[in-house]
Amino acid sequence: MTVELAIFLGLAVVAVGASIAMLVSRNAVYSALFLVIVLFAIAVLYLLLSAAFIAMVQVAVYAGAIMVLFLFVIMLLGTENVESESRRPWQFAAALVLSYVLIIQFLVVAIVLPGDFGGEFGALVDGFGGPASIGILLFKEYLVPFEVTSLLLLAAMVGAIVLTRRESSR
Amino acid sequence: MTADTLFSLAPLVILFPLLGFVFNLVAGRRISERGAGIVASAAVGLAFVIAILQFVALGLDPAGATIHIAEWIAIGELEVDWALQIDTLSVTMLLMVTGVGGLIHIYAIGYMHDDVRFQGDPSRFPRFFVYFSLFMTAMLILVTGNSYLTMFVGWEGVGLSSYLLISFWYEKGENGIGNALAGKKAFIVNRVGDLGFIIAMLITFWFFGTLTFEEVFSEAEAMGAAAVTAATAITLFLFVGAAGKSAQIPLFVWLPDAMAGPTPVSALIHAATMVTAGIYMLVRNAPLLELATVTPNVIAIVGAATALLAASIAVARFDIKRVLAYSTISQLGFMIAAVGIGAYVAAIFHLVAHAFFKALLFLSAGSVIQGVEHGHHHADSAEEDFNPNDMRVMGGLRTRMKVTFWVYLIGALALAGIPPLAGFFSKDEILADASHVNPAVYWVLVLAAFLTAFYMGRQVLMVFFGKPRSKAAEATKESPATMVAPLVALAVLAVGGGLINAPGLLPLTRFLQETLAGIEEPEFIAAIAILTTLLALASIGLAWLLYGRRPIKSRAPDPLQSRLGPVWIAIRHRWWVDEFYDWLIVRRYVSMARWLAEVADERFLHDWVHDRVIALGYVRATHWLASVLDLRFIDRGFDGLGALTRRGASGLGVLQTGYVRNYAAAVFIGLVLVVSYLLLS
Amino acid sequence: MIPGVSMIHILILSGVLFTLGALGVLIRRNAIVMFMSIELMLNAANLAFVGFARSMGALSGQVFVFFVIAVAAAEVAIGLALIVAVYRNRGSIDVDMVSDLKG
Repeated sequence: MTVELAIFLGLAVVAVGASIAMLVSRNAVYSALFLVIVLFAIAVLYLLLSAAFIAMVQVAVYAGAIMVLFLFVIMLLGTENVESESRRPWQFAAALVLSYVLIIQFLVVAIVLPGDFGGEFGALVDGFGGPASIGILLFKEYLVPFEVTSLLLLAAMVGAIVLTRRESSR
Repeated sequence: MTADTLFSLAPLVILFPLLGFVFNLVAGRRISERGAGIVASAAVGLAFVIAILQFVALGLDPAGATIHIAEWIAIGELEVDWALQIDTLSVTMLLMVTGVGGLIHIYAIGYMHDDVRFQGDPSRFPRFFVYFSLFMTAMLILVTGNSYLTMFVGWEGVGLSSYLLISFWYEKGENGIGNALAGKKAFIVNRVGDLGFIIAMLITFWFFGTLTFEEVFSEAEAMGAAAVTAATAITLFLFVGAAGKSAQIPLFVWLPDAMAGPTPVSALIHAATMVTAGIYMLVRNAPLLELATVTPNVIAIVGAATALLAASIAVARFDIKRVLAYSTISQLGFMIAAVGIGAYVAAIFHLVAHAFFKALLFLSAGSVIQGVEHGHHHADSAEEDFNPNDMRVMGGLRTRMKVTFWVYLIGALALAGIPPLAGFFSKDEILADASHVNPAVYWVLVLAAFLTAFYMGRQVLMVFFGKPRSKAAEATKESPATMVAPLVALAVLAVGGGLINAPGLLPLTRFLQETLAGIEEPEFIAAIAILTTLLALASIGLAWLLYGRRPIKSRAPDPLQSRLGPVWIAIRHRWWVDEFYDWLIVRRYVSMARWLAEVADERFLHDWVHDRVIALGYVRATHWLASVLDLRFIDRGFDGLGALTRRGASGLGVLQTGYVRNYAAAVFIGLVLVVSYLLLS
Repeated sequence: MIPGVSMIHILILSGVLFTLGALGVLIRRNAIVMFMSIELMLNAANLAFVGFARSMGALSGQVFVFFVIAVAAAEVAIGLALIVAVYRNRGSIDVDMVSDLKG
């Protein structure tokens, strides 16, 4: 077992464990914090995969901005613990069965059908995953999708404002 | 001015009457009677001027011209342009039609002024001149057309206006319907002839591929013997058309009835112009007639037979106009016979001369009739069924209508063939030609000429000599100047008309030779001239013996009645031709129509097919469709479909729980299934 | 060089995280936690993207991750705004209490 594999396994265990914790914790605030852990673990995995720029974006946008937004809304609404008593056993059982089947399918995909990418990761050229190379790609080849994304964000911003306006202000 | 410039004026000859027609149609009621009459007369007068100009142009360029006006019909191979043919033949007709027509127009102004008042509807005056102008337009189209189809337009146009004018007083006549029936008869009998014309046109187009006279004739000439059968068939059917229009056996029965129209109509249409259209048309087709084998003989025999038959009937008429009508048929028979024996110039010559003196006779007869009518009103006689046309109520008019008497006498002598009047030369030319072509036809025509002189002598003696046989006749006065002036003009023409083809000079023959190539100059046979003159004089003398020496009494039977016996009965009944047609065609037709109406239509179509089969069947079918098919199957089917949809919808509605997590689970299931499919495939 | 770690490991981890996210969507009734689960699923997908980009030496995979993050940010903004609107109307963010579209 190499050092890298050990790091990967450690991060995987942290991510999966934090995910499960997120799912089962009753308090939404705890869930949010467990999700932050997952996101950080994934960011480190990005670093391990030589995607430094994406790792930075992950930390800044997800762990920073988005999770703060989540926590803000939870605190604002005061809905840390909203689960009522009414359970839906059907839903729960079906969810477990479906998840089980899906994991099996993913394992089959990952192990039985690895295809060309079955081997270990090899060496890379310099600058792979750095902000310079991604930036050049983003502003040359993907310029139009990038600009469309800006429109999407603008629309989301307008939508959020419209949706949260008070009715009485009309 | 060159000939071409003058020829280019030719369309005006049609345009002027057409303008007169339109003007009187639109504004005829707003201007005075005299105004409407003058417009129509001026239109014909201007057309006459144009015709004279065409005559002058032909003097410069005898070959004539074809004046193209417009493309008319172009369907596949059939291409007919609207074009005028100006040649010596058509210009001869143009001069006659517009010249005589103009005089009759002027006469009609005076005549119709009184006529509309006798008949009690003065507002109808402008209509008369509308019809008259329409007739002139159509007649001039007929004469100038350069193709069968153009000619046919005029042919039908004159037929229509003839119909309109015969039944001009459509609510008058026998039983209030007689005039309308006369018009109908003329129209229907003419249709039979027109059918012949149409068939002839179809054969022409089928065989020659064109309908233009010049092209047809040059084609026929080029084909020679190969075209004989076609030429025979075409000319035979054309003759059927001519027999209808020119009142020949067997289609002559309409012309006597056509006398129901006002007298100027009888003079213009049923004596001078329209009825001669058949002769003109046959002469126009002379090149085809020359090729044809059977047709000339048929034409000659029919013409001669008509001449004799009609002359014999005329002997026993008492109606002044009917005598002239049968006389017209008889004279048309002369012309047709002339065409049949190949004497085309003689036919045209007689046509023109006949137009002069027969128009004169008709107009004079109109003057007599109106004079008697005036006298009838003046004398205020109480006779209910007074008929101003009946020669038995006349007599002694010689002193009361001096001018009319003299012009009538001139016309009658011209018709009888007394030299040197017009009829003598023209009839003599026909007889001279017939004598060496077909002796049988010659002798029949001589006999007809003898009868002609007799019935004209009888008429003049009955009308003008002796003593008045009624109060009306006693009170008769001379007609007004507008009527008398044209009479005098026509009388001059009737006297001098013979000069247009006087023996020795033969100007008409020379003139027509430009168009009718190859016609021979007729010879003047003195023996025949003397024979016919003597016969005519003898005939008149015979008439004087019977009618002049001892004038007949008002109600007495005709002197011939006892002398001729059964023959008198036959000619009095017009050889029962009308009765025969009535028995052969009209009754059959009426009974067939009745059968069609009562049995075929009423019982079969209406009662059975419509009511039973269609209506009842339809009701039953719809009933079955409504109660069985619709209610039981279709309605239930759709009800079931609706219920199924509703049930299915409410069943599927259960799936729509409204819980977002259920929907998410559904998406999850879909995901699993998709991945399964990808893995398994 | 990352000795010992191969694409298989990445894919397995990605699949597990995705399934956990999906499970969370199905079993949690708190709308905010459902949203967090969706973010988890997106991250699992991103992880696979980055893994493939690394495996094939192609940068486009990382650009896609960038776009996914941008879309996720927009989605979170709208989603949380919706949750706020629902809470204002209903006084709760329990998704089982919002079932007006029941057929």
